[in-house]
Amino acid sequence: MDLPTFLVQCLNALQYGLLLFLVASGLTLIFGIMGVINLAHGSFYMIGAYLAFSLAPVFGGNFAATLAAGLVLAVIFGYLLEWLFVSYLYERDHLQQVLMTYGLILVFEELRSILVDNDVHGIPVPAWLSGSVQLGDLMQYPVYRLAISAVCLAVAGGLYFVIARTRLGMMVRAGSSNREMVQSLGINIKFLYRIVFAAGVALAVLAGMIAAPVSSVYPGMGAQVLIVCFVVVVIGGIGSVRGAFLAALLVGIVDTFGKVLFPQAAGVAIYLLMAAILLWKPEGLFRQG
Amino acid sequence: MTPAINARRLALPILVVGLLLIFPLATTGFYLEFTSKVMILAIFALSLELLVGATGLVSLGHAAFYGIAAYATVLLSPKYGAASVWWVLPAAIACSALYAFCVGALALRTKGVYFIMVTLAFAQMAYYVFHDTKLGGGTDGIYLNFKPEVVLYGARIVDLGKPVAFYYVVLACLVLVFMFLAVLLESRFGRVLAGIRSNEQRMRAAGFATFPYKWAAFTLAGALAGLAGFLVAVKDGFVNPEMLSWHESGAVLLMLILGGMGRLSGAVLGAFAFALLQLFFQWEVVFGSFAKHWPLMLGGTIILCVAFMPNGLIGLPGQWRAWRARKAAGAARG
Repeated sequence: MDLPTFLVQCLNALQYGLLLFLVASGLTLIFGIMGVINLAHGSFYMIGAYLAFSLAPVFGGNFAATLAAGLVLAVIFGYLLEWLFVSYLYERDHLQQVLMTYGLILVFEELRSILVDNDVHGIPVPAWLSGSVQLGDLMQYPVYRLAISAVCLAVAGGLYFVIARTRLGMMVRAGSSNREMVQSLGINIKFLYRIVFAAGVALAVLAGMIAAPVSSVYPGMGAQVLIVCFVVVVIGGIGSVRGAFLAALLVGIVDTFGKVLFPQAAGVAIYLLMAAILLWKPEGLFRQG
Repeated sequence: MTPAINARRLALPILVVGLLLIFPLATTGFYLEFTSKVMILAIFALSLELLVGATGLVSLGHAAFYGIAAYATVLLSPKYGAASVWWVLPAAIACSALYAFCVGALALRTKGVYFIMVTLAFAQMAYYVFHDTKLGGGTDGIYLNFKPEVVLYGARIVDLGKPVAFYYVVLACLVLVFMFLAVLLESRFGRVLAGIRSNEQRMRAAGFATFPYKWAAFTLAGALAGLAGFLVAVKDGFVNPEMLSWHESGAVLLMLILGGMGRLSGAVLGAFAFALLQLFFQWEVVFGSFAKHWPLMLGGTIILCVAFMPNGLIGLPGQWRAWRARKAAGAARG
């Protein structure tokens, strides 16, 4: 592998890893704070991609407006979903959480097939991001992929700021380490849960929307992302956003280079990584924190 | 335990087995094949019940063991002739058990929600092996050209290609697995598993090394799922990667909760309820063109079941009695 190819693959790995982080951070936050294992989280990613597809004509192809509208819808959707379904799951055991969210997946996938269709769709890259950068003499790299990485990094930075530096973040951290104590200190935990869930949904929807022009839009895209995100969360340590960030990058690198170096065994590479980490640290790289 | 209670506990299973025994006299064709399929699913659900209901380990990757045995059955059969059941069946089960042994060694190091995710991920790994490589025909799946033969002393005793004969073989397997698990759960081994379910810490404090017990249960559950996988490969004569998909793993968990957790009969009941429900939602007479959206209705039913029927169908009488008692108490007070 020559240097430019290597660089390009590194950028691809970074972009994939960062995108995974957006989805996985929501998953790990929802689990860490609310104790709910949410199988339907991959569906939010799928919903995001389909939102990008179906909202684009509404806004005449203006990508920024589509993103903004999609995010607003996602927050509303997450808020309602928590209120209507997920709030029943806090006192239940994991098995029932798994089953209810599994039921939600079936419902979402089928609604998607009724409302849109079962075809694969492409979404054009917004015109102002459609160029490419020259890497070395022969290689080019699309600007849009760089933009994805930049957006994800910005969101990751914002997430870090909110969790580490703000009052809301303090409540979130406190809520994940001791729920009863937070409640007895007079913090409205129900409202906190709703906010966290809506934020998690919005992150996954955002990931789906910005990924749509690169990955295209297809049925079953949610399930695929969900399981990779489980791997990310298991490697990173459940409930740890920092762990999810590092694990997502690690998974991005292993998956991308696995596909380049061992195309035959590419699907298996990240699971072997997970097995190795489990042997070494059964609780993930970072425990909650 | 008094004989009277024993007789009551045995009455229902004997009645069900009796009905299943005479069922082929009443029908042929579709319903016979359907019931065979459901009984295979019941074996599959029973194998998971050993993990989830008996030991308290929620696995979301159980379809891997089911699918691996099915693939092993096809891949180990010669291309131009029938294999012997005496060889293929143990080999297929051994493949599943071996994978369960390896996955268990890693997954059982984790607990709770980690365990759910890790079992799912390892099942997905097996899925990708069959999905992406040419080993088993990739996404298209692979055909079993000749059904295995059951030969004893040079005579073919059963023809697995005949639906009625196959039906009775599956019924026999179901009864054997059920009885095996019933005895196992009453044994010392089964009591240790129950102890682990209710409080693993205390079991360890009582001097039990819990890991080997969980590992054995995991491997055994994988092997029994392998039996179901073998049967389904022989029945359909075709396997594809979807058998290992996490939808299948979710469906079998759903059977357990639909039927009722913690009772072997719940698993069997759940398999029948799930299959009938699926069949019902696909029924075009009732739902017309909407029947093709059956997953929507199935998903809705799952959500309602989790919300309102936490103890499953088998817990409904108890739930009803509790409700009646509450109402009576309320009336007495008021």
